[in-house]
Amino acid sequence: MKNKRIDTTRLLSLICFCLIILLWCLASYSGSVSEIFLPTPTAVVEKIIAMAKDGSLWANCWESISRVMIGWLWSVVVALPMGMLMANSKKFSAFVQPIIEFARYLPVVALVPLTLLYLGIGENQKYTIIFLGTFFQLVLMVCDTVSGVDRNMINAARTLGASKFQVYKEVILPASLPGLMDDLRLTIGWAWTYLVVAEMVAANNGLGYMILKSQRYLATDTIFAGLILIGLIGLITDWVFRILTRLVAPWYERLADGK
Amino acid sequence: MRDDVMLRVEGLNKVFDSGNRRVEALSDVSLEIRKSEFVMIVGPSGCGKTTLINIISGLESATSGSVLLDGRQVSGPGADRGMVFQGYSLFPWLTVQKNVEFGLKMKGLPTGERRDIAARYIELVGLKGFENALPKQLSGGMKQRVAIARTLANEPEILLMDEPFGALDAQTRVVMQELLADISRRTNTTILFITHDIDEAVLLGDRVYVMSRRPGRIREVLTVDLPEPRNHHCLVMAEFQQIKSHIMEMLWQESSDAAMDK
Ligand SMILES: Nc1ncnc2c1ncn2[C@@H]1O[C@H](COP(=O)(O)OP(=O)(O)O)[C@@H](O)[C@H]1O
Ligand SMILES: [Mg+2]
Repeated sequence: MKNKRIDTTRLLSLICFCLIILLWCLASYSGSVSEIFLPTPTAVVEKIIAMAKDGSLWANCWESISRVMIGWLWSVVVALPMGMLMANSKKFSAFVQPIIEFARYLPVVALVPLTLLYLGIGENQKYTIIFLGTFFQLVLMVCDTVSGVDRNMINAARTLGASKFQVYKEVILPASLPGLMDDLRLTIGWAWTYLVVAEMVAANNGLGYMILKSQRYLATDTIFAGLILIGLIGLITDWVFRILTRLVAPWYERLADGK
Repeated sequence: MRDDVMLRVEGLNKVFDSGNRRVEALSDVSLEIRKSEFVMIVGPSGCGKTTLINIISGLESATSGSVLLDGRQVSGPGADRGMVFQGYSLFPWLTVQKNVEFGLKMKGLPTGERRDIAARYIELVGLKGFENALPKQLSGGMKQRVAIARTLANEPEILLMDEPFGALDAQTRVVMQELLADISRRTNTTILFITHDIDEAVLLGDRVYVMSRRPGRIREVLTVDLPEPRNHHCLVMAEFQQIKSHIMEMLWQESSDAAMDK
């Protein structure tokens, strides 16, 4: 019963994907949309192969990936303890909440000029953009996840003689692990979008830069290649996180997986 | 004053005061439970039963009054008062074995000793062979067996149970009631059990406290004299029916009084 349903959802996703490709083929090969606006799938695949051969593909991907990882890891390293502290201390939460709530509504793009002014166009500016884009959301997500641990479970632990510290270590942490993995998975996705923003403003390598540069030469095939690569890398990270979650918390049942 | 009293609750009052809303949940509740006794509290939904047992377990504090365990005043939760909740509250990332060992681990018992004690209680609740199962693989009845074993393994002075079988289907509930009656007789555990199910109260209790609607008060204490062992055969006995209809009458009066108030 359960397996059958998962199969149908997979099938539906596949159909949707094929439909989009089909539409793309129809529009481009028939010539109804000019090649300048919409390259053919063949042209895009050839472009990707060419870039893989001359090495620019790997170089650009690597630049982008390492920027995302460093900026995002910084945000994780600060947000995890801070979110946990917020969940456990009303005072600390009251202290930082207003500024976090305020900051998370600032569009990151609007902060780009300031980061350029303060940090120049070096790598630190890219990390900062990714940090600013993910940090404030992640803190609140971590805080929510940790405070969302089933009270009954905490009460059970306390009546079994667990101290405050033991409740934290033996119940709250393991119970929030899958939720935290989800928070990380979501924010690393956003980190990708912010990276492209950062690279399109000021960079001389990376996938975002590649896309921006191609616009100048009307190289739509490269733009499409860049978009597909960004999408693919995003998809793969998402997938890796789902597998990791299943590995670290095999007991976890997602609500959507239920009967 | 009898000296074999295990738990004494004296003049307990509880008012929930959340700004504009004031709820009086308990009013002057006093009761006592003797060593090895199986005491039931029955009362209509919302009368304050959970509030009462939470105060006894230390998860909640009383507005006034006191809770004495073995003559000592208690405050805050502790392993001396084990609790079984309606919602099982198992740790889903731990196996049955590790769930049952949880309290012993908190106490700092060495691994080997923990394993032996847990094995004993897993057997007591009839779950031998399921040591390595995760909670999600178990039925509701089995989960509650794990929760009971987990609490008993801690060897509390009193076992507190808040409608533990409320979420189970009728057949499983009877099986669990018989299991608990059996455990109570074999281990001499002192048990305070809360329910809104009159059958359950009369079937299991040595004594039954009947509570009024909110704010919860003790309306009456009844002694139940049914032959041992307590099992489903008791349900059809004249003595059982007599006590049951008495309690029903009392609770019915409560609800008709409530209707008159409106
Ligand atoms: N934390 C709380 N704040 C305010 N009111 C509460 C709280 N907990 C329980 N109550 C109220 O106290 C009354 C008794 O609740 P409870 O003890 O759960 O009843 P029972 O377990 O008998 O069904 C109910 O009216 C409930 O709404
Ligand atoms: Mg209740």
